[in-house]
Amino acid sequence: MENAADIATAPHSAGLEISERNESGVVSVQCSGTWIVRQLIHIEQKLDHIVWPDSKEITLNCASLSALDITGAWLLRRTAETLRQQEHQVKIIGLRPEFDNLLQLVTSSATDTPFTPSPSPGLLNRIGQRTWQSVNNLTSMLAFIGESTIIQLQSLAHPHRIRWRAILHNLQSAGFEALPIVGLLSFLMGMVIAYQGATQLQRFGANIFIADLVGLSMLRELSPLLTAIIVAGRSGSAYAAQIGTMKVTEEIDALRTIGIRPAEILVIPKMLALIIALPLLTVYADLAGLLGGMVMAYSKLDVSFDVFFYRLSDAVSLASFMTGIGKTPVFAAIIALVGCYQGFKVTGSAESVGRQTTISVVQAIFLVIIADAIFSILFNWLKI
Amino acid sequence: MNNTAKPAIIEIRNLNTRFGEHVVHDNINLKVNQGEIFALVGGSGCGKSTLLRSILLLEKPVSGSIQIFGREVIGLSDEQALPLRRRYGVMFERGALFSALTVVENVCMVLHEHTQLSKRLIDEVARIKIALTGLPADAANKYPGELSGGMRKRAALARAIALDPELLLLDEPTAGLDPLSAAGIDELVLSLRNALGLSIMLVTHDLDLLWRVTDRVAVLGDGHILGCGTMNELSKMEHPIIREYFYGPRGRAANEQIWKKK
Repeated sequence: MENAADIATAPHSAGLEISERNESGVVSVQCSGTWIVRQLIHIEQKLDHIVWPDSKEITLNCASLSALDITGAWLLRRTAETLRQQEHQVKIIGLRPEFDNLLQLVTSSATDTPFTPSPSPGLLNRIGQRTWQSVNNLTSMLAFIGESTIIQLQSLAHPHRIRWRAILHNLQSAGFEALPIVGLLSFLMGMVIAYQGATQLQRFGANIFIADLVGLSMLRELSPLLTAIIVAGRSGSAYAAQIGTMKVTEEIDALRTIGIRPAEILVIPKMLALIIALPLLTVYADLAGLLGGMVMAYSKLDVSFDVFFYRLSDAVSLASFMTGIGKTPVFAAIIALVGCYQGFKVTGSAESVGRQTTISVVQAIFLVIIADAIFSILFNWLKI
Repeated sequence: MNNTAKPAIIEIRNLNTRFGEHVVHDNINLKVNQGEIFALVGGSGCGKSTLLRSILLLEKPVSGSIQIFGREVIGLSDEQALPLRRRYGVMFERGALFSALTVVENVCMVLHEHTQLSKRLIDEVARIKIALTGLPADAANKYPGELSGGMRKRAALARAIALDPELLLLDEPTAGLDPLSAAGIDELVLSLRNALGLSIMLVTHDLDLLWRVTDRVAVLGDGHILGCGTMNELSKMEHPIIREYFYGPRGRAANEQIWKKK
């Protein structure tokens, strides 16, 4: 409206008036103005509440119609059809030839079968579908694990077929580039544990046992778990998104046609790289966590670094350290397999990539914690 | 068709676009008149799509002016551009349908966003538009991922005409279509123009489409407009790139076919 050339938003409006019936009993309806999509709201509302006269013949007079588009033409046609169904005789007159063409066009493409949405499935149906889906999911996941394992064993038997470049690349992106975030979070975690423990230990004058607390909790449980969760969020999601997008753009199919098994180039290097990287990252996280604990022990409990170290070598056995590190290759395999599997499950759309990526992270963290619990039971049973 | 009395729908003046050191457009002047089917052609990578994207405010040129419906668009914010954007429909080369929505939802979404019409009317109108583009009725409830390339193109066109725009911008409307579907698009473009008085600007490589539907064609090359006029005028021009374009083996075949039909 600010612009003279702005025809479409100019203050013309669409009109619809029912005039009195003439002497031959014909009711004339005046359609006027611009019947275009942005101005039809009033017409539509009017048509919804209109009371049509019970005249046998109704004429839609469109002589003063100055603009018409597809939406307007459809509304005109729909009105005429509704009236015809109510046993009126309807005539559309005065339509400009180009508008008449448009009406013909709309009429020819109107589908007579009204749209009926498929009925939503019942509760029992949905439960059944979900269950079936879960079973399918489980079997396809097992199939994927099996296939990956076979390919992995084959590639171990033929080491020249292992893609070392891809492994190195993944080592860098999943391992080396994760150092800052893993280090920082473990450091903070060590500090938090030492801080929480400090007040309790101080009460009993057992300051020195801070080394036991931080050392055992970090090395046995927290470092491996924390690192695995960070890596699942960083790399597991990246695997799912990468493979998923490759699936959408048909790159996976392209690999197959070139004669490369997608798992060989996409899954195995990632898994091997992560199995190497995660234990190393965990050792690094152990160190950062201990450092955090030491800093807090020094500032809160006046336990100096050398005393802390001295106590640590008594408190934490090699077995404790190794139980922590020993779990991580399993975590790594879980994260890589879940990420890649969810990536391969992407179908067609951008939304699907997002969904599978989310599932990959949630599932990986879930399975890592389950595995950790199983390890705890196992170690307890073995009395390690 | 060089009717200067008709108002210009798109007017580009002294447009310069650069990507780093690479000059894409060097002082381009163009005018698309109302009710015209205007095509932009040129070899791959000559900046056709970039020009289209500049018109759509998706790319910012270095200097120059682009007017749509008589209003300057360069430098407009998204909010300021909204009234203009309601008046043109765009079809992207690869469809760009929202993959999370069905075809009919893709079309309805535009109508819901910009009109207050009832759900029922919007649904009906969306289905009319989908039918207009030649899609079968059952395709309306499918997701873009379930459609073939040609059907996706039609669905994208249905979304482009959802708001009954005055101007339609089509990027490669027939690329990747079988000859029958491509001919269908030809017909559709013509009938839309004739029935609705639309102005249409399209970027294409399809010589059949050029001969059959366009009123004027501009040839883009080396960052310049090498020639602009009707296909007949262009085919008589001497510029080597234009001659190459229209008289290459495929250009000749398309030309001959058209003459046979006439």
